Amino acid sequence: MIKTITNRRDFLKKMAATAAMTAAASLFPGIIFAEEQVENIKASGNLKWTKAPCRFCGVGCGILVGTENGKAVAVKGDPNSSVNKGLCCVKGYHQTICMYAKDRLTKPLVKRNGRYVEVTMDEALDLVASKMKETIKKYGKDSVAMYTSGQSTIPEGYVASKLMKGAIGTNNLDCNARLCMASAVAGFLTTFGADEPMGCYEDIEHADVFVTWGNNMAEMHPVLFSRMLDQRLRRDVKIIDFATRTTRSSMAADKSILFKPQTDLAVANAIAYEIIHNGWMNKKFVSEHCNFKKGLTNPGYGTEDKFKFKDKPTSIDFEAYKEFLNDYTPEKVSKISGVSIKDIKYLAYLYGHPNKKVVSYWCMGMNQHTRGTWINNLVYNIHLLTGKISQPGNGPFSLTGQPSACGTAREVGTFTHKLPHGVVMNKAHREHAAKIWKVPVERIPAKPTYHATEMFRALDRGDIRFIWTQVTNPMVSLPKVGRYTKGAEKADRFVVVSDVFPTPTSDVADVILPAAWHIEKGGLYGNSERRTQHWNKMVDPPGEAMADAWQTIEVARRMGFEELFPYNKETHEDEIYEEYRLHHKGKKHNMAPLEVLQSQAGAMWPFVDGKETKWRYNPIYDPACSNGKDFHFYGNKDGKAIIWQRPYEPAAESPDDEYPFWLNTGRVIEHWHTGSMTRRIPVLHRAMPHSYVELHPEDAKKYGISNGQKVKVISRRGSTILPASINERGLPTKGQVFVPFFDENMLINEVTLDAFCPISKEPDYKKCAVKIEKV
Amino acid sequence: MPVKSYIAHPHDGKYQELLTELSMISACDIIASENEEIAIVITDTINAVEDEKIELQINSIKSLKMLSMVSGFETGQ
Repeated sequence: MIKTITNRRDFLKKMAATAAMTAAASLFPGIIFAEEQVENIKASGNLKWTKAPCRFCGVGCGILVGTENGKAVAVKGDPNSSVNKGLCCVKGYHQTICMYAKDRLTKPLVKRNGRYVEVTMDEALDLVASKMKETIKKYGKDSVAMYTSGQSTIPEGYVASKLMKGAIGTNNLDCNARLCMASAVAGFLTTFGADEPMGCYEDIEHADVFVTWGNNMAEMHPVLFSRMLDQRLRRDVKIIDFATRTTRSSMAADKSILFKPQTDLAVANAIAYEIIHNGWMNKKFVSEHCNFKKGLTNPGYGTEDKFKFKDKPTSIDFEAYKEFLNDYTPEKVSKISGVSIKDIKYLAYLYGHPNKKVVSYWCMGMNQHTRGTWINNLVYNIHLLTGKISQPGNGPFSLTGQPSACGTAREVGTFTHKLPHGVVMNKAHREHAAKIWKVPVERIPAKPTYHATEMFRALDRGDIRFIWTQVTNPMVSLPKVGRYTKGAEKADRFVVVSDVFPTPTSDVADVILPAAWHIEKGGLYGNSERRTQHWNKMVDPPGEAMADAWQTIEVARRMGFEELFPYNKETHEDEIYEEYRLHHKGKKHNMAPLEVLQSQAGAMWPFVDGKETKWRYNPIYDPACSNGKDFHFYGNKDGKAIIWQRPYEPAAESPDDEYPFWLNTGRVIEHWHTGSMTRRIPVLHRAMPHSYVELHPEDAKKYGISNGQKVKVISRRGSTILPASINERGLPTKGQVFVPFFDENMLINEVTLDAFCPISKEPDYKKCAVKIEKV
Repeated sequence: MPVKSYIAHPHDGKYQELLTELSMISACDIIASENEEIAIVITDTINAVEDEKIELQINSIKSLKMLSMVSGFETGQ
């Protein structure tokens, strides 16, 4: 007989059942379960449920965390969140389990005579502050650095920026978001003069066509992908997966189109060519709202230390742009890209069709690209040429990888060139920040210093002598990481690592500061759709673990900057947010008040007159529009967006006779980034216990490799050994291998190349040349 | 003591057969949909070894097309 759940092992079984029923509801809208069974599920003990955003990806799902006796015991999707509508992914449901891992860092550790010894938090913070002061005295302000995260909360990022730029007076602050979405930032800024997507997730309910550019949403943004699949069940919706590898997203899509690595640049131009030559261009929109520009070409790849590049944009006219596109006919591009002429024309048809609303989604495929800024520009071109932008269901939308890459890295500005509002190069922006921070404006340097890759090169060279990392694991995530690990271990370098767990990065630390996890502190995150979400502390951190923001404040005070950091320990997150809001006052970026964020599952900025803005640059929705026209791209002084002439250029390193394979790296659904949290969640670890190398079956046959056999992946930088995966989760094209990067024991970033986009400085983890050997 | 939940999808025309087979596994609770051909399966086992055995047992059911794990808890923690 079929049993119902009544009283056995109750609570967790009910939670497990709820999770599965919620997931089923996303796959089968309108699904009904027997009433008595559902009633049994509803009872869930004496838990206190508190809202928060999910700790993991940039989608920013709303979750409810169940706590009991000072412990987090369950997670469920927040039905009041418009992001996920009660759904969670497999990582989301299990996130709090990592908090109780046996090897949790609970005591500060200081390396003495090559061994770590426990000290009190006061001693550790004293040492960090004194070492930072001593280094500045000996080597100057630019010899100390902080490297933070797109997983840092808004208050954490804000106090890091205030300490480095406002108090110490150095721009040596960058973050791991440089590795994941800097190209999207540079793309938005060069095209629109303002960062972040103009649309929101509600576009999913309006679009007729979704084109995913190098983006495996089924694994990386599963809740949004479920929302797309849900729409397809309800109405005539097409999902087109445009990628270099067949993934779960390709399999679920209506059409999978594969292209050769790096040739997305050429295909995007071919789509623009087709749109213009078939008369699908929205002439009125383009003439009223767009300018045309070109930049420098052949800018290099940044593989050498102290690489410099500055683009020189020049205006061109439409005819010059049209002439340029003659090099990108479907026939020519088909030969470069491997995409059939028919498929190029099909993509152009979808974008050009006057009655189809189209959303383009992308994430790391376009951003981790040595021409990342260019490919972002080129996808915007397509939406601008057709006028399919800033309206429900029409728009380009860059998804972020991390939960606050937008909220913290981009909006607070934890990049070397950024301030909470604007950039360090702009005098008015420096004055604005200095006034709120109550510091002399001349203290904020006008020149950016080191982006992420160059920051760790500077540590290796000795230009930086002290570095403090928070909420990130660069000794697993940096490209060509072998050099940077050795650099951090050199004599006369001082490395401070704040983290929740021991990692390969804490292995090179001189001081390890135990950090509070997500719900052991309060905070705010900002997700991909400009949604700021607040949460309160729910449980105490273990031992002496402390919130990262409070660690920064304690060190700042010990360095003599007490007046700049006057916050209370119990309320510092909310106090900092109120101060931070001052930077963004105004219709273009106003942040929602704290009381709004405390009472609901987030709000999108610009938040004006008590309302969030769903579609920017469109006066129907955006009160910042003031030009009296039907669109206003107010990030640029003339209110117009820019259509960029950007060519196809090859990758920094391509396969050759010696290294005949492309290496592509990425993520899997079970693990979050470098796996330091998810590998400590037993159910996720068991589901994906180690990394692997995906091979095309013909390549595997040629090398005599079968599933599970050990394969050595070798590049000019290094090598690693992994088990082979053939025809399993993903399928690379012939001549390509794919390796997930979550596994610190199979460190694929020993193999990758530290080439980056010369404009955004974001490394390309998707393309370098390797050879393979059967071990 | 692992607790896990799954969504079980039957092969075409095999829904009732799948429910019958699942109901014969003692460590499984089943919540069957009334209007779609899927079932929620909750497993409750004493340790990881038993958990793996149950998963294998479920996966060996011929009428089962696909078993997707949704959540899992280790209650010993």
